Amino acid sequence: MAHAADVHAHAEHGHHEETTGLRKYLFSTDHKVIAMQYMFTGMAMALIGGFFAYAFRMQMAFPGMDVPFYGLVTPNKYNVLITNHGAIMIFWVAMPVLIAAFGNFLIPLMLGADDMVFPRLNRLSYQIFLLSAVILLASFFVQGGAFAGAWTMYPPLSAKAEYGLAPLGSSLFLVAVAFEFVAFLLGGINFITTTMNSRAPGMKMYDIPIVVWMIVVASILFMASVGPLIAGALMLFMDQQVGTAFFDPDKGGDPVLWQHLFWFFGHPEVYVVLLPAMGIVADIMTVFSRKKLFAYKTVLYTVFATGVLSFTVWAHHQFVAGIDPRMANIFTVTTLLISVPIAEMCFVYIATLYGGSITLTTPMLWALSFLATFLIGGVTGIFLGASGSDIYMHDTYFVLAHFHYTFVPIAIIGTFAGVTFWFPKMFGRMLNETLGKIHFWITIIAFNCIFIPLFVLGTAGDHRRIYDYTNFPDSSLPWMQDMRVFATYALIVMLLAQPIFLFNFFWSLFRGPKAGRNPYRANTLEWTTESPPPHGNWPVDQLPTVYRGPYEYNHPDSKEDYWPQNQPA
Amino acid sequence: MSEHAHAEAHSPSHYVRIWALLLALLVVSVAGPMLGVMWVTLVTAFGIAVVKAYLVAKHFMHVNVEQRFIAYALLTALVFMLLFFAATAPDVMKKDGTQWEKPSWKVPAAAEAGGHGASH
Amino acid sequence: MSARPIATTRSAAGLPTGRLAVWWLVVSEIVIFGGLLASYIMYRLAHDAFAVQAAHTNTWIGAFNTLVLLTSSLSAVMAHTAAERGDGPKAARLLWATIVGALTFLAVKAFEWTEEIQHGFTITSSTFWSFYYCAAGLHASHVIAGAIVMMFVARDAARNRELHRVELAGIYWHFVDIVWIFLFPLLYIAK
Repeated sequence: MAHAADVHAHAEHGHHEETTGLRKYLFSTDHKVIAMQYMFTGMAMALIGGFFAYAFRMQMAFPGMDVPFYGLVTPNKYNVLITNHGAIMIFWVAMPVLIAAFGNFLIPLMLGADDMVFPRLNRLSYQIFLLSAVILLASFFVQGGAFAGAWTMYPPLSAKAEYGLAPLGSSLFLVAVAFEFVAFLLGGINFITTTMNSRAPGMKMYDIPIVVWMIVVASILFMASVGPLIAGALMLFMDQQVGTAFFDPDKGGDPVLWQHLFWFFGHPEVYVVLLPAMGIVADIMTVFSRKKLFAYKTVLYTVFATGVLSFTVWAHHQFVAGIDPRMANIFTVTTLLISVPIAEMCFVYIATLYGGSITLTTPMLWALSFLATFLIGGVTGIFLGASGSDIYMHDTYFVLAHFHYTFVPIAIIGTFAGVTFWFPKMFGRMLNETLGKIHFWITIIAFNCIFIPLFVLGTAGDHRRIYDYTNFPDSSLPWMQDMRVFATYALIVMLLAQPIFLFNFFWSLFRGPKAGRNPYRANTLEWTTESPPPHGNWPVDQLPTVYRGPYEYNHPDSKEDYWPQNQPA
Repeated sequence: MSEHAHAEAHSPSHYVRIWALLLALLVVSVAGPMLGVMWVTLVTAFGIAVVKAYLVAKHFMHVNVEQRFIAYALLTALVFMLLFFAATAPDVMKKDGTQWEKPSWKVPAAAEAGGHGASH
Repeated sequence: MSARPIATTRSAAGLPTGRLAVWWLVVSEIVIFGGLLASYIMYRLAHDAFAVQAAHTNTWIGAFNTLVLLTSSLSAVMAHTAAERGDGPKAARLLWATIVGALTFLAVKAFEWTEEIQHGFTITSSTFWSFYYCAAGLHASHVIAGAIVMMFVARDAARNRELHRVELAGIYWHFVDIVWIFLFPLLYIAK
């Protein structure tokens, strides 16, 4: 019987001791410790990325003036700030928190396993990731300064020393991104293998919580799309340091090749970060509406279809780069097509809520606001996916507002939803609901106040990546500058609200009311063990067996309004 | 697979036979292009590469007896690479647009024939 | 041998965890090399001048290296057979034969590249040579990594430990061989 075999196997291989103290943070292979390491690193990088946003927004609002706590934003510094803000938020905040932190913490627990299948590889992944963050930050301190050629690193600007002002910084940036890729490739192998092989006895494919599926599919998408970009990064590095001409049009190269290599990854990448956030939202919505997910299998197959489709849309980022217009037609069709499955998933979520017994806790507020704001982001993408309108919209603030209305729900709202929801399990204590709600409302309202003006400015023709509009008469109308100032003030308000969250987080860590095993009366397996779970997650002979799916709320056959997966019928 | 067939397929002599076949194919793939006929080169050099890869995958990596999804995953990766090529080549391989050209891509073969260590 | 979580011993997907992981590693490597080679092919087909440069690669050395790698794949799969039968020491010897093949390949390549560089065909001579050195270099780095891994696996196998890893190292090694099977015609034959 599977259970006895498990115990026997574990006893045979010896007991895995828990490491303590400083050694724990250097050498621990426990997936929960590694998850926390990713989470705190990601959150620290978010503070840095957010500070950069503050500095360049202040330049937009008050051009040429000293920014408090930063100094003067020169043209080059502006480019450094926007470049690294983008890269940090995507590679060093969204991915580590949504995929690595939540993936590492949740996957073994939700599957009823005692750890990831390769704990030492897991630790190595984090160490490589940390190294990548250090390399990126180091690029600010080298001669020539940090890379300033946009997070997309288009050559020849990023390749030729005479265009970019930071030859060393450019290579450090590229190497940092490459190391981050390696860390997530290794981590992805761990997640995929663990989910495929290490499920609890009785847990079939359709009994896996959606958030786990989403993180696994995201890992597969990442793995399949990053390869060409790794090849491209090697080529770009050679161009930068050795003087090859892969992307140099004067010597037999082609910069458009880089664009294709980058966006072949870049587009699936947005789904790589979207899927985990949607998974988190699904798991929260089911718990706080006491209803099963409306159409689990449909959601699953939709996710698979979206994943495949996401590989067919990438050149919509290159509509005005001089690509073959017939290709642009094809990519328009595929891009508009891909909005359908995502919209369908949003409808499924709404159907899940419909008729449910809804409690508006802080995590639920975040989950609901994800749906509302991501929808706005999604529909504004339609204008950009159609190549005709994109000719006007490309590189305007409309694009920027579109992707912030998708990325901020993913990276910020999704993170807060997940952290406020799983905090009791992670740390054994409850967060303060009042502080949570105040933080939520200020953040959400401020976020909308930042980016709705930017939609308007973009439609009016404001170009991206311009540090001073003085020489753009069409962009220097008074009402436009008023909007820029308003958006910047909104950003400051949003940033000032974050200490509320930080205070809530750290205060509750030490003084919050103790959470029991299952404060939300939820079904999934992580809620069956202690809060926080011990090393090994369950006692060796008590690893759970699963009897049903993860969303059996208000089932007629169960006594309570929830029915844990591991409870025998 | 029957016990006997399974043992057969995993016996050293079976592997040596496959190796010999691979070497024979290698010889053909080197000899073919020497004839200088384009389609012969294509078939022998690249067609044989595909055959050799298939032989290694099937007989050495045992893909055919693995779980089916492994083969699907590998093929999907290949299909994505074909997709990447198909959508990128029209741009990268084009040397003239309506309002642009890539002069450095039009260097005739003869011009670079002379130089060892051609200049940048 | 360190403690292994129970998670690693489960196999809901029908195959052992280690092998499942190595297959996913191979998938990720297919797209890395695939991206690089697709880019090379695009450039190769569109640059008339590449064919002239490619004429200077040494087909015989390339063919010899192909022979070396194919033979090392043979010893790798025979090591797997030995490991399956529980014969650790024999598997280790065959793995070492594979490693010798790897080192031979690298030595021949070093010699080949030295010759080419001395004749003036450096990485910046032409974009053909840039691709040549990058693609073969990326492949060579995978050969080195594979050889190092096989040394560790062989050391364990000689003591009849972790014999399942022989097959895993083999799968990776066969993939490295397959990459070269395609690199050879692309870089050496198409002239």
